[in-house]
Amino acid sequence: MREINVQEVEKTVYDLFQSACCEIGEDVLHLLRERQKTEESPFGREVLRQLIENDELAAARHMPICQDTGMAVIFMEVGQDVHFTGGDVNAAIEEGVRRAYRDGCFRASVLSPLERVNTKDNTPAIVHMRIVPGDKVTLTAAPKGFGSENMSKLWMLTPSQGVEGVKNAIVETVRLAGGNPCPPVVVGVGIGGTAEVAMLMAKHSLTRECGTPSDDPMLAEMERELLERINSLGIGPQGLGGRTTALAVHIEQMPTHIAGLPVAVNMQCHAARHKTATI
Amino acid sequence: MTHEITAPLDREQIAKLHAGDSVLLTGTIYTGRDAAHKRLCALVEQGKELPFDIRNQVIYYAGPCPAKPGDAIGSCGPTTSYRMDAYAPMLCDLGLIGMIGKGQRSEPVCDAIRRNGGVYFAATGGAGALIATSVKSAKVIAFEDLGTEAIRELKVEKLPLIVAIDCHGGNLYEEGPAKYRR
Repeated sequence: MREINVQEVEKTVYDLFQSACCEIGEDVLHLLRERQKTEESPFGREVLRQLIENDELAAARHMPICQDTGMAVIFMEVGQDVHFTGGDVNAAIEEGVRRAYRDGCFRASVLSPLERVNTKDNTPAIVHMRIVPGDKVTLTAAPKGFGSENMSKLWMLTPSQGVEGVKNAIVETVRLAGGNPCPPVVVGVGIGGTAEVAMLMAKHSLTRECGTPSDDPMLAEMERELLERINSLGIGPQGLGGRTTALAVHIEQMPTHIAGLPVAVNMQCHAARHKTATI
Repeated sequence: MTHEITAPLDREQIAKLHAGDSVLLTGTIYTGRDAAHKRLCALVEQGKELPFDIRNQVIYYAGPCPAKPGDAIGSCGPTTSYRMDAYAPMLCDLGLIGMIGKGQRSEPVCDAIRRNGGVYFAATGGAGALIATSVKSAKVIAFEDLGTEAIRELKVEKLPLIVAIDCHGGNLYEEGPAKYRR
């Protein structure tokens, strides 16, 4: 058994969001630079140039890449041999988010859904906790903006629609989204499970290093084919036309029910922010 | 082609803009997004006065981050415009001349732009840190309780924009992708 004080969790959450909101990963920056070289559309090239300049400026000045610093999504893997001490771990996570958004001058974007009353500190966080073997805690902070979140879709397909139906649903989601989700996007996909788990897989796939293929060769081939189809849609950077509509497609899958074929598509803007740390 | 224009705008100047033109915008503009639009239109429906004279003005669909000490504003990129489609035609008919945002607009908004000789500009979504360098000052002028969604008067200098929808029927969100679709 290993004891971890919840203050350490709070500090890690704080540091991860401070970094994630201001410093885009090298994975995304690399893809933006590569695409800027090959993009055919002059508008597309100019948008990509601005995004690269923006991301470099944000990191240098420690200011948010995008004013939508998102809802604070956290994936947390807790080793089963860990014992949290010093208070409520859930409260510690919330406090880490609260302080990071306040100290970073990040936007408070969270409100009650019906009354539309802002909580003023960007809490609650969206926490996905999983128990794993071992005595470590791994935290991934993935602030999620809603321009892209709003363009996400859940498709409950029938088994008869098969692999082609799945591919068409994914491409159609991106086509319908057009310029709204701030392309170039990262397309997160979850196939199988239940309705809610399909979307959770789609969200989780976005924490993969951007552009790294799936470990599963069948899914990796599907990701490659879909990226090509999506980049033939013509939507382009910011929807103004071009060949760079998506930087990557990430797919996760798990078994589902004999009657179903759930496909969840979680859209992610080019500010594909995710930072991970292990305690 | 790049136009340097100053807000508030005039309709003669706007008639020269075509979808796909680049613009550097200087002058005074107003931020407003979901909650502020809902309130503005409620005021109109109640026959009450708006918090600023909307004629010939430009509304920027944005909810900025708080400014760091010493800065005029925090990151301040555009939000997705379609959510304001329900309100925009009413405001255009009252004299609003320009809108800045990102993403496609509905047919009623395009009609209102044509009918009134207005314009819709695209700013680069997700370039909030870069866009903030064009904002020289920011002052809340209405609905302060809305926080980031309050209406702010911004003084901007050479804010880089692209004409997305013009008053002649041009629409870059249709023409651009059609060119690169395979």
